[in-house]
Amino acid sequence: MSRSAPSLLERSPDVDRRRSSPRRQASGYPLGFLVPAFAILGVFFFLPTLFNFVYAFTNWSAFHDDIQGVGFDNFASLLSDGSLLASLRITLVYAVLVGIFQNLFGLGLALLLERDTRLNRAIRAVFFIPVLMSALAVGYIFAALLKPEGAVNGILGALTGTHVSIPWLGSTTWTIVVVALVNSWKWMGLAMIIFLAGLKTIPEEVLQAAKVDGAGPWKTFTAVRLPLLAPAVTFNVATALLGSLNGFDTIQATTAGGPAQKTEVLDIFIFHTFGYGLFAQATTMSLVLFLIVTVLAFPVIGYLRKRERVL
Amino acid sequence: MYRSQLWPRVVQPTIAVVLAAVVIGIPLWLAVITSAKSRSEANLPDLTLPSAWHLADNYAQAFSQGRILWGLFGSLLVMLPAVIGVLIFGSLASWVLARRSGRLTAALYGAGISGVVLPPAVITIVLLLRQMGLASTPQGMIFVYMGMYMSVVIFFITGFVRTIPVELEEAARMDGAGPFMIFVRIILPLLRPVIATATILVCLYIWNDVFYSFFVLGGGAVSTLPLNLYAVASSNLYQNNWNLIFAYVIMMSLPLLVVFVVAQRRIISGITGGAVK
Repeated sequence: MSRSAPSLLERSPDVDRRRSSPRRQASGYPLGFLVPAFAILGVFFFLPTLFNFVYAFTNWSAFHDDIQGVGFDNFASLLSDGSLLASLRITLVYAVLVGIFQNLFGLGLALLLERDTRLNRAIRAVFFIPVLMSALAVGYIFAALLKPEGAVNGILGALTGTHVSIPWLGSTTWTIVVVALVNSWKWMGLAMIIFLAGLKTIPEEVLQAAKVDGAGPWKTFTAVRLPLLAPAVTFNVATALLGSLNGFDTIQATTAGGPAQKTEVLDIFIFHTFGYGLFAQATTMSLVLFLIVTVLAFPVIGYLRKRERVL
Repeated sequence: MYRSQLWPRVVQPTIAVVLAAVVIGIPLWLAVITSAKSRSEANLPDLTLPSAWHLADNYAQAFSQGRILWGLFGSLLVMLPAVIGVLIFGSLASWVLARRSGRLTAALYGAGISGVVLPPAVITIVLLLRQMGLASTPQGMIFVYMGMYMSVVIFFITGFVRTIPVELEEAARMDGAGPFMIFVRIILPLLRPVIATATILVCLYIWNDVFYSFFVLGGGAVSTLPLNLYAVASSNLYQNNWNLIFAYVIMMSLPLLVVFVVAQRRIISGITGGAVK
């Protein structure tokens, strides 16, 4: 399309409505507009990431002034004392648990509170409160609730008529599940909102048709509504997974990585190791996190793209 | 007829109210009620009412010990410039990325949104900031947040710009308006819904962040509300001062809760507007 195209109506058919011709691009959309954003991204995001690949192979620490290359020593020591694989495993378990819980709770709430009544709107707002709170604050609340002599055990004791003292945050096996539940408690309101928006996009006629065909509520849900909720599910699963790979606040506030380092996800490990002054080892773990997310991100993004194309 | 009304009229409302009261009500009640107890009573936090109310002294003590006002100032000092900067630069870049075609644009877009999934290299960020003389400064924190959330902004806004017909820009271009004028006058006003989504999400992340601010602001003069909460909670390792922790938690949560109550509908529709098409 030439510059002198007279009006919107006389558009030639071969022109893509959303993009413009190469000539127009050069003058109309200057590359200079990209400079501030990419300068900030380059210096404060990509450059440190590049540094990760350098300093993970050095002896950088708080204990001596010079920094020297040490090859794969950091990886070797983190592998040999078992902390690398342990942290990695815990992080993945935590991310998957959060991904499952957060979406189950969010979907359950969305279905429960789907009708647009005044009460339901109020209850939705209540479930959204934790989303606004700091994850650290949420962690402290649950640290208090889940003490062996805490309120949760008190309620269970009153209900069962016996003395209950479950060490919710002291189990080397189950505490990772409890911590994932706490994090899901904080974020389920957001998942609920996304699912509610997804439910709203399902046309009334589709549901009517299912009813006419004799589908009950359960059949309608599994055969009609759940498949149509696919975009909301992928969005929620992706954000929950990727967000919890970077999980720190709720775990730090509830267990600080304990008991016996059984909830020490990568970010908690980085935090502790940095605190000890072992900067190169912390960098190595940061690099491991980066590599893991990169490996996991490609299938996730590919899946998202495929979904987008289907719908 | 009766049976079909039992669920919407009685069962569903009952379940909803009880669930909200137990799942959300109990944890929040614990925080509120413990913040009014004496230190010894708060040592074992439970759901009972305090035997003597210490509301005023606890909040006064948390207020001064936790340096609430200073933390509020620090939080705003890093959040506002970071959010405004990332939105301006991000939307400017998004417009060009959405309108241009070709391999270079595709590659730049891929790089631009990579931060949506990739984690920031937090340790080497500290090293870089030291070399630049920005360690432990609010400026350093602002730039780091902008770098971290630029990708989210570019991702949301580029997708949105692609739905805006390019013809809307033509008339202004015909009148001789330059690219910057067209961006400010035509595009920016149309971006309002998606800018709302990005603003809410980025504000939520930055306002509640403690991990990255710990590394970047640690040891500096400026700190934020979550950093001060962490300091209050860690100050007495052997005896958890729950009454002060929760007094602090409630004071720190109030600003966002007030904003939420006032603008509830806009916030919720703002978040969903950009997330689910």
